[in-house]
Amino acid sequence: MKQRGATRTLLVAALYLAVLLVLGSTLIPFIGPYYTQVLIFIGINIILAVSLNLILGFAGQFSIGHAGFMALGGYTSAALSFYVLAPLLAGFGTGGLISAISEPAALAVSLLVGGIAAALAGLLVGIPTLRLRGDYLAIATLGMGEIIRVVILNTDFVGGARGFTDIPRWTTFTWVFLLAGLCILVVRNLIASTMGRALIAVREDEDAAAAMGINTTRHKVFAFVLGAFFAGVAGGLQAHYLQYLHTNSFTFLRSIEIVVFVVLGGGGSITGSVIAATVLTILPEALRGAESWRMVIYSALLVVMMLTRPQGLMGGREFQWSWLLPGFKKK
Amino acid sequence: MIRQMVKLNWLRGLALLALALLGVAACSQNENVIRIGVFNSLTGGTATFGISSTNGIKMAAEEWNAKGGLLGKQIQLIVEDDQSKPEEAAMVVTKLVNQNRVAAILGEVASSRTLAGAPIAQKAGIPLITPASTNPKVTKVGSYIFRVCYTDSFQGAVCARFAVQKLGLKRLAILTDVKNDYSIGLADYFKRDAVLLGGEIVSEESYSEGDTDFRAQLTSIKGANPEVIFIPGYYTEAGLIAKQVAEQNMNVKLIGGDGWDSPRTVEIGGAAVEGAFFCNHYSAEDTSQMVRTFVANHVKKYGYVPDAMAPLSYDAAELLFDAIQRAGSIEGSKIRDAIAQTKDFPGVCGNITIDAERNARKAAVMLQINQGKLKVYDVIQP
Repeated sequence: MKQRGATRTLLVAALYLAVLLVLGSTLIPFIGPYYTQVLIFIGINIILAVSLNLILGFAGQFSIGHAGFMALGGYTSAALSFYVLAPLLAGFGTGGLISAISEPAALAVSLLVGGIAAALAGLLVGIPTLRLRGDYLAIATLGMGEIIRVVILNTDFVGGARGFTDIPRWTTFTWVFLLAGLCILVVRNLIASTMGRALIAVREDEDAAAAMGINTTRHKVFAFVLGAFFAGVAGGLQAHYLQYLHTNSFTFLRSIEIVVFVVLGGGGSITGSVIAATVLTILPEALRGAESWRMVIYSALLVVMMLTRPQGLMGGREFQWSWLLPGFKKK
Repeated sequence: MIRQMVKLNWLRGLALLALALLGVAACSQNENVIRIGVFNSLTGGTATFGISSTNGIKMAAEEWNAKGGLLGKQIQLIVEDDQSKPEEAAMVVTKLVNQNRVAAILGEVASSRTLAGAPIAQKAGIPLITPASTNPKVTKVGSYIFRVCYTDSFQGAVCARFAVQKLGLKRLAILTDVKNDYSIGLADYFKRDAVLLGGEIVSEESYSEGDTDFRAQLTSIKGANPEVIFIPGYYTEAGLIAKQVAEQNMNVKLIGGDGWDSPRTVEIGGAAVEGAFFCNHYSAEDTSQMVRTFVANHVKKYGYVPDAMAPLSYDAAELLFDAIQRAGSIEGSKIRDAIAQTKDFPGVCGNITIDAERNARKAAVMLQINQGKLKVYDVIQP
């Protein structure tokens, strides 16, 4: 039974990768840069929503500093690419085949380093603050996000208040959705593991979980660090797509936006986060026709959705293959 | 099972709705008009600037359309809001270039958002003119990016020249907003030029956007005994700073940049800003024919006296339309060349010549606050 599950996961992963590669070479040139950009932001928002869901939805820790981690990861990976990797690649020369291999490799290194930087910050901040509960944690993470932003704002090395320009454009549709898939896979498998069960126990009742022998702080810090890692990766993807970073993109309003994805999708549902991130990225674009009423309609829709489905779109449930293919039996 | 079916249909419905909405966004294109893209912050933190700017552009387009349009076609403005966010600016410029297929783009007041959008226009070969982004980096993005305002470097130099040469005051203090690229840029160039002209920077202090108490910094500045305090910030803080300067009984002249251009400066500062100077693009009380006509038309159309964003944006639009007319084509490279050749174009904010770096060379005005009104004190040529 267990082995069948693993085989199926591998099969789905391989299929997903194949679909991405095919779409990347056929659909993307066909739909043009604007729709591609919308898709890329959907992908980035999915990573942010799913990673925050791990902290907020599964571990039950109210963090509103996700944009701070995103900024840290974005700036770190952008600085690495700009100062080290891009000059290095220029040294190799820019041929069709050379850049086809070297650019993705450079992006992978850059994103990994950005993610690790964000994860380290998560560890540093998480150890003291995750001993706090509820409102206090929210305020501590809010403060942390602002500190990261203000520090970057005063660092001339990465452009300071003028913004970081000329970052190489390496992010592609395939990369964004590859990492979104990876993020979903990691969080899904984590939740199904002992670690994940312990996290859910911490969410449901921290004292009871501690009484059962769960090291609550260690588990919370782990979720926090992993969430921060993926937020950093998302920041790196955004930096290498827009080729420009400015701290105004990472204010606490951005953190709130990510919290909205999670809450609207339903805390504790990866499917919900994915759907909410997708819908809420498309919605403001689709409403452009309404001009100045756009953000009013958007906000009104959020209120209506929260009133009609306070538990979120999915309300903690997950997508099952059996919805699509009757052949798959529910395990 | 039934519950699952319902859930499935509901999901499908949502997906279809999303697709349909996207489809509506890609509406049909009319080829009998010339489409000009405009991106500005119509909502968010700096919405007032974005709305003023867009109003100025709309005025210019309406005037041209009333006169018979451009190259025999009507001008159609496609205005997009970027919510004061850099990533949204990149999104809307991509949309304007690829979905709306605009001939040229006007926009963004804030440098941070122009910088996010400019690489996209540059790559597509669509000319972009920013009305008010003063960061020197903006036009360095590439050969298709222009501006009609002066840069931070010019404005900083003007303030330095004014303080040291015109007023003859040599002991200078600077109070910078460290969170603001504009403020830092102005302070840097002020410092450089003031020292070159023989001035002395006796004190440098800083604050952050949103601060309300500046007494600690001002006490330190007072200790250095300056004759001038240069405050290159925005109007929100400038008035408060002036009030606290008055409280300390300092005998100094206050000088600011175009960030002071708002009725709020006088509202907040009151008597404390009396006699203060600031550098600006134009004065609504200028008596020249062009400014008088512009202000009168603006008041008639929108019901209020415009700040500097509206005439700057009006100039940007006028300059662009004139360039398209001269180019005789809506091809990106031809419009680009025509904009680059602009010489002594008469604008509301002074005559504009586009230099080799695609920046505008134009005069700056030094205004003095006199009994709550702005009076032109000096005009400084480039």
